[in-house]
Amino acid sequence: MSDIKITIIDREGVEHQIDAPTDMAMNLMEVVRSYELAPEGTIGICGGMAMCASCQCYVLSNTELPEMQDDEEAMLAEAFYVEDNSRLSCQIPMLPEMEGLKVKLAPES
Amino acid sequence: MIKTDILIIGAGPTGLFTVFEAGLLKLKCHLIDALPQPGGQCSEIYPKKPIYDIPAFPEVLAGDLVDNLMEQIKPFEPGFTLGERAETIEKLEDDTFIVTTSRGTKHHAPVVAIAGGLGSFEPRKPPLADIAKFEDKGVEYIIRDPEVYRDKRVVIAGGGDSALDWSIFLADVASEVTLVHRRNEFRGALDSVDRVKVLKDLGKIKLVTPGEIIQLNGEDELESVLIRKNNEASEEILLEVDHFIPLFGLSPKLGPIADWGLEIEKNAIKVDNSLDYQTNIPGIYAIGDVNTYPGKLKLILCGFHEATLMCQSAYQRIFPDKKYVMKYTTVGGVTGFDGTKKEAPKAVVKAID
Repeated sequence: MSDIKITIIDREGVEHQIDAPTDMAMNLMEVVRSYELAPEGTIGICGGMAMCASCQCYVLSNTELPEMQDDEEAMLAEAFYVEDNSRLSCQIPMLPEMEGLKVKLAPES
Repeated sequence: MIKTDILIIGAGPTGLFTVFEAGLLKLKCHLIDALPQPGGQCSEIYPKKPIYDIPAFPEVLAGDLVDNLMEQIKPFEPGFTLGERAETIEKLEDDTFIVTTSRGTKHHAPVVAIAGGLGSFEPRKPPLADIAKFEDKGVEYIIRDPEVYRDKRVVIAGGGDSALDWSIFLADVASEVTLVHRRNEFRGALDSVDRVKVLKDLGKIKLVTPGEIIQLNGEDELESVLIRKNNEASEEILLEVDHFIPLFGLSPKLGPIADWGLEIEKNAIKVDNSLDYQTNIPGIYAIGDVNTYPGKLKLILCGFHEATLMCQSAYQRIFPDKKYVMKYTTVGGVTGFDGTKKEAPKAVVKAID
């Protein structure tokens, strides 16, 4: 097994503890979609290219995450409801060391 | 009234390829799209990104895929109603349909194929209090007629190509142009960024970065905006303006199609995938990313397949009594409505002496 336990708070404020696979090259946005924690068509609209910000989330745990790349930073600069802990979940790959990650999905915009 | 055989809603890859498959059956197509150009997401969101799973194309840029499709369907002379959103549908007594757009353009066809992707692209509206109140009273998300801004004070927000390009354009039209962006860096084309810098140095564009518009003021019409610079309350600027143009890109919304009486599940239209991708309303089909059925995958290649089967069904609907069998293009060639004909060269039979 190469699953990790992570916590996702959906847009209605409901907390979900889920197992995220780390061996399928999935990113956090895809994990959210696979568990249907946000309605289809409201998350991951661009498919994971950091080009739409529909998968924005707030990182609530101190989990170390890969550094933000230019395209993610640029997209967040044009997104709404952005906070200091905002990330695009499509740019966060699921890695074994992310056990315990906790995020909240940003509102739909 | 525009008349056609298959009215396609959505000019993305699936909608465009439908024109080809319909054309082989001698059916004419007309496409409606809310965007001003064909290509859907491929042109609007990621034209410069490569796609690797189009059969027989190891790699193709999304923009090139659209260009190729436009070339492929050219002989079938599709009509386009661009920059207008399909709003309402009406079923007539003879089971044909009239679809009317946001600008009142009417289309009449016996078959409607919804190839709407994730929906029509709508401007993303910044979450500011009262913004709805000022819409068309100083706040515009889309620039339709630049002359509206002649000798007016304009503030533009955003950091992409459209914010840069319109700031440049309006610098010569408006009396005052202020560009507000949350970061110092812009992500538009490099020459646009350079041009804005030149205009800023000439005093023709006022640049406020990093800054954000946090409040709109005015009695009835927009009178001023409050800009917070450097995310500091102490650096707030009250700017008197006539127009505020937020340019934060577009996001797709299913929109009015959701009210057409079609069965919707998970923001997509349910179709019969065992047969022809028809919806619960006979004569209305849904193909590509906009539909759903057990095992659905939102892939361009799946959209192409769905379009192909849908056209066969559309043919039978339009000509219920005609006999027809599918013909390979290699055998039958491609005869365009424009008089062109492409066909495989005949094999040469030659004896060996």
